[in-house]
Amino acid sequence: MADYKPNEMMTIAAARALKNDDVCFVGIGQPSAACNLARLTHAPDITLIYESGTLATKPNVLPLSIGDGELCETALTTVSVPEMFRYWLQGGRIKVGFLGGAQIDKYANLNTTVVGPYDKPKVRLPGGGGAPEIATSCGEIFIIMAQGKRGFVDKLDFFTSIGHVTGGDSRQKLGVKTKGPTRLITDLALFEPDPETKEMIVTAMHPGVTRDQIQENTGWQVRFAAQVAETAPPTGQELEVLREIQARTARAHAAA
Amino acid sequence: MAQITTLSAAVKAAVKDGDVVALEGFTHLIPHAAGHEIIRQGRKHLTLIRMTPDLIYDQMIGMGCVDKLIFSWGGNPGVGSLHRFREAIEQGWPNKIEIEEHSHAAMANAYEAGAAGLPLAVFRGYIGTDLPKVNPKIKSIVCPFTGEKLAAIPSHRPDVAVIHAQRADRKGNVMIEGVLGVQKEAVLASKRQVVTVEEIVDELPERSLNAVVLPHWTVSHVVEVPGGAFPSYAQGYYPRNNSFYKQWDDIARERDTFHKWMKDNVLDKGPEAFAQYARKRAK
Repeated sequence: MADYKPNEMMTIAAARALKNDDVCFVGIGQPSAACNLARLTHAPDITLIYESGTLATKPNVLPLSIGDGELCETALTTVSVPEMFRYWLQGGRIKVGFLGGAQIDKYANLNTTVVGPYDKPKVRLPGGGGAPEIATSCGEIFIIMAQGKRGFVDKLDFFTSIGHVTGGDSRQKLGVKTKGPTRLITDLALFEPDPETKEMIVTAMHPGVTRDQIQENTGWQVRFAAQVAETAPPTGQELEVLREIQARTARAHAAA
Repeated sequence: MAQITTLSAAVKAAVKDGDVVALEGFTHLIPHAAGHEIIRQGRKHLTLIRMTPDLIYDQMIGMGCVDKLIFSWGGNPGVGSLHRFREAIEQGWPNKIEIEEHSHAAMANAYEAGAAGLPLAVFRGYIGTDLPKVNPKIKSIVCPFTGEKLAAIPSHRPDVAVIHAQRADRKGNVMIEGVLGVQKEAVLASKRQVVTVEEIVDELPERSLNAVVLPHWTVSHVVEVPGGAFPSYAQGYYPRNNSFYKQWDDIARERDTFHKWMKDNVLDKGPEAFAQYARKRAK
């Protein structure tokens, strides 16, 4: 087995969640790395869409921003931002939305707005961007986030975008028909919603990770599925492709 | 009717103290040179609208031009925080700024509604989020046909839209290619428009029958400023300078390094300083 970092395991596990026929709305950073890894390995025909309006884009290096020229040059077409949000996202044409966040709770609600009170924030985060509507308009949501007590919290400081709200059928009661977060991929484990309570529970652990380790890095009492699988370790090919695109990206961003 | 003029004259004529101004460009074609001119002319008490405040609003906020910000995502993409934006909100430096915070979908809809001459934007959004609790402009409306409850916010009707584009012809017809963002909507929603371009040409080049062209009678001022989007980019001319976006993190982190950079690169310079970044890529 090759040597790899927990972060690489996270990106690879996230990439594996995507299928060749998926139409995916991609957030910048970790989601973008995972989506392009999927495209360069098992899902060559996946449709990647970025909120800058680039439809079916195939970047050779990972974009630093959501609207790098690379995305437009390799896209099937590029539409305006109002069209992107109205026809494509709100119109229900996106199957998977891929998000990250600063804070997450056990129902996979996300905060990317503030730490502390809104009017007097301890940390002012960038804000929602596309997330509030991505979270409700895409068929389902995958979330990728490295685990730690600062980010995996018992109570969010701010609800920027909803997951399963307060659990059970609370999401549907708001009139939302889409599935919401079906997968939370971390550097330690895979969480999926409990079918009844909708709490995110651990269904697979990455190789060598212990239950204590997961609990130590989570601000709520973690529940584990009756059967917890072990994530297959990264293959040589997955690691090679991921490292190559990251190296190409680092070179491109340093040179520009 | 478009007036082809200098940047200093365009900003002087179009942007007044206290105006509502939208400098737009979604990652691409961000009008940095025009933003610098607004700073140099010492405009104050502006309400700035922009989906992604980016470096240019970090600079305008840090230089004290801004009273209020209407936005949806305030970060340095892929890098981290906008330090001047954060310090204004967290510490009130150099002055307290009021914020009116939205989502991208809301902002895009508000520009489109403004361009369409409507008083409000209606869309399916903000469901379950805390944003309506902190932004009283986010309300809802019930569809008279289906009964569905939808989000409603006021349309954007800026006093001035400021954008950068690749080309204009000598009449002032403006052509935009690549990532389009919300610039067409921002221009059509506003009372006055300042458009900087990479080059003014005799005739717009051969183009798709559906190319995005803003007719000269929809823009008030057109100015040739080669390189005027740097460190953002102009598709077909120069790439986004991702390396500068990373450097900005250090420059803007402290007040004194920020001020020194602004003095050396903005206050003591003019729009011609941007020309060094302009290079047309061979097709």
